Amino acid sequence: MFEVVIGLEVHVQLNTKTKLFCSCPTSFNHTQNSNTCPTCLALPGALPVLNREVLHKATMFGTAIDATINRTSFFDRKSYFYPDSPSAYQITQLYTPVVEHGKLEIDFDDGTQKTIRINRAHIEADAGKNIHEGDISKVDLNRAGTPLLEIVSEPDMRNEDEVVRYLKKLHSIVRYLDISDANMQEGSFRVDVNVSIRPKGDEKLYTRVEIKNINSFRFIQQAIEVEVERQIDAWEDGVYEQEIFQETRLFDQLKQETRSMRGKEEAADYRYFPEPDLLKAVIDDEMFDSASDIPELPDAKRERFISEYGMSAYNASVITANLEMAKYFEKMIDEGASAKNSVTWLSVELQGRLKNSLTLETSPVDAATLGTLVKRIDDKTISGKAAKDVLDYLMQNDSDVDSVIDKLGLKQVSDTGAIEKMVDEILDANPDKVQQYRAGKEKLLGFFVGQVMKASKGSANPQAVNEVIKSKLA
Amino acid sequence: MITLKEALTLSSDELEAFKNELRKKIEENSEINAYIDVKSVGEGVPIAIKDNIQVKDWAVTSASKILQGYIAPYNATVIEKLKSAGLTPFGRTNMDEFAMGSTTQSSCYGKTLNPCNKDCVPGGSSGGSAAAVAAGLAIAALGSDTGGSIRQPAAFCGIVGMKPTYGRVSRYGLGAYASSLDQIGPMTQNVEDAAILYDIISGYDTKDSTSADIKTESVADKLNASRKLNIAVLPKYVQNASDDIKKAYAKAIEALKSAGHNIIEKDLMDPKYDISAYYITATAEATTNLARYDGIRYGHRVEGSNLQETYIKSRSEGFGDEVKRRIMLGNFVLSSGYYDAYYVKAQKVRHLIKDEYEAVFKEVDLILSPIAPSVAPKFGELKKPMDMYLSDIYSISVNLAGLPAISLPVDKNAEGMPVGLQLIAKAFDEQTLFDGALSLEKEFCTILPI
Repeated sequence: MFEVVIGLEVHVQLNTKTKLFCSCPTSFNHTQNSNTCPTCLALPGALPVLNREVLHKATMFGTAIDATINRTSFFDRKSYFYPDSPSAYQITQLYTPVVEHGKLEIDFDDGTQKTIRINRAHIEADAGKNIHEGDISKVDLNRAGTPLLEIVSEPDMRNEDEVVRYLKKLHSIVRYLDISDANMQEGSFRVDVNVSIRPKGDEKLYTRVEIKNINSFRFIQQAIEVEVERQIDAWEDGVYEQEIFQETRLFDQLKQETRSMRGKEEAADYRYFPEPDLLKAVIDDEMFDSASDIPELPDAKRERFISEYGMSAYNASVITANLEMAKYFEKMIDEGASAKNSVTWLSVELQGRLKNSLTLETSPVDAATLGTLVKRIDDKTISGKAAKDVLDYLMQNDSDVDSVIDKLGLKQVSDTGAIEKMVDEILDANPDKVQQYRAGKEKLLGFFVGQVMKASKGSANPQAVNEVIKSKLA
Repeated sequence: MITLKEALTLSSDELEAFKNELRKKIEENSEINAYIDVKSVGEGVPIAIKDNIQVKDWAVTSASKILQGYIAPYNATVIEKLKSAGLTPFGRTNMDEFAMGSTTQSSCYGKTLNPCNKDCVPGGSSGGSAAAVAAGLAIAALGSDTGGSIRQPAAFCGIVGMKPTYGRVSRYGLGAYASSLDQIGPMTQNVEDAAILYDIISGYDTKDSTSADIKTESVADKLNASRKLNIAVLPKYVQNASDDIKKAYAKAIEALKSAGHNIIEKDLMDPKYDISAYYITATAEATTNLARYDGIRYGHRVEGSNLQETYIKSRSEGFGDEVKRRIMLGNFVLSSGYYDAYYVKAQKVRHLIKDEYEAVFKEVDLILSPIAPSVAPKFGELKKPMDMYLSDIYSISVNLAGLPAISLPVDKNAEGMPVGLQLIAKAFDEQTLFDGALSLEKEFCTILPI
């Protein structure tokens, strides 16, 4: 039997206004090569100057994962030729990274946790993009020099499930800190997976294979599955030594296989050495203090929701799993909605209605509106069933909650006088059933309530109806 | 030739007339090949610029085929500073390709001749700048010094060349050879001009992270040749030098004594360690600094059938032999398995060299040292690359330690070739360096008028 050993390298693009070593804007959806200057084009004589905001954001991350922050860190050159790297070396931090020895907790559905250690997080410059058009390849350097934080875990994960839980936690942390947009599709949250296998019980680490740049959680799971299978097959066929070596492989989603990027004999030698154009990067007291004061993180928020709102651990996890959801929820609470109904109406009702790439941020129903709707349920102005109609309406039309309730005539009748009148009418119309009920057939209560609700066209408050019928027949 | 100090008093009409004459004179003396091109930018006192310093809208090539066709889109910080002080870039001077060399023979524009004897090398790598000033074809010039590239050609051509403290002058816009060693500096007819030009180009620059964020005091207005200084001399260290150098060294010591300076005998470690530490550090940095010249975005490109072939062909054709040699050396010392044995060890040696200088400077203000082991050799005399590397023994420790130093002519040998020596000061003490140099210059002006 085999155990799977997985470590992750995640490249998080930091959301600074300007690039890592020059003052070009980081927004790269502009005309190709327009956000460039002598430094990020690596023209002769141009020099890098560190954007200190990057150091600040890296420190925030280090604080969030309870890591050692190296108040003095250094940059190194990593050499390789590729057209998207204009200087033919990447400026990174090999020998002394800014963040080391952190950890984060991943959560399982049964409420248990596991610690995943983070070896380091270091600052480095992103490359540009190569665009291939038939026989021609073009280079766009708008992205070249964008700051990245590369977050390297220890090989502490044992299966795909743990990997996805780790990635989701990491993702929510960088979003909560607001240090990155962390959009997987747009490439601002890129994952490289290191996978190896070993016989169960063996403590030794065997040869790890790196699978690069997989852009969705689903593909990450699939890539790990097929790579583990390849390694186990090789082991069982007695060709592990020959076929499994330290290399970088790419995942082919269509063929469901990993493929070698370059041959064994072409193993890269990056010839790292200290970057002589930059001095040491120092985090002074002022930056350290301000970067240590980080916003509430997902775990703390979850605990607070449990204790403050009496939420179940499960619900609290769902609501705090991503920043947009947590923010949306808190705005609903600010609007005066009850926590209990807010959870359901946000995580079930609204989420279920967000289709066609709509997100909480682009939802036609904002937090204040949904909060108002929940308030109307809380104070029994409308029934839960009627509220669904209101929400459906608001998803399609621009209006406000109270106008829609009026327009659709959904206001719930809780006025005991009006309900008593309806109850009397129903009881009078069904004397035989009243008799049977009084004789002990108590399940007829449901029938009476149903009749009254029908007569009220659903607008009567069912609880009030219930109570009135019971007292009349007592 | 008028001095820089004099030129700064000329009216703009006078300057225009002067520049026209200068242009004519440069053409008449084209066989020296000091200049690659004679361009000028606007008004001001003309200063010759080494071909690795970016001047906006000029072709700047570091004398390499690989940068043919490249036009700089921005000014180096030193060029901005020249312009705001009423000076102007005037002509690009020849150099060893990418500043790698001590003879100015490796330029893709052909070799530069030494104006003192056209059979001799002018030194390098700033040989074009030195020859231009020595031949009366420039009032003053900018050079760059990574391992002696300002001081050694200055000595070979009989002019003054000064390397500032590392971090004193911005490297922004200097085509890099070895980033932790490169400094731009003045090459002039006399010490005072060097001080004037140094004042103009020095100072903190936010565009260069390695530039020193400290106040830079002007030196030219405070020059004082009569300060009595403690000056270290190195009797054992000069033993490897030629008789011409030893003789000049002895004369200089006497001159300094007669000027009232206090002479103290010291010793420095065997310069063979300097050579190793230097060639490992410089080539490691250079190999990465020159990796950007790949034919993709600018410069010389030879189309291959695939990307790798384009890289290989472009770089094989674009770079000369000496540059290729240093790229290979640099890649070797950085490669996996050798990094600790070479690069890391070289950095340790570099620290020792720095510490040794610091210890000496606890007791003295300046050190008097040879700058080269001989006067300018004849073309073809240094046959093997190693001969050339060894000729750097007296110049490179100053770069490894980041110190300021100035080379000035103190003698002529029997054939009439100039002999230069250098004074070295502690980091950021340029004032003392210029004061001592001025004092030495005065002594020799009275002894042997040039």
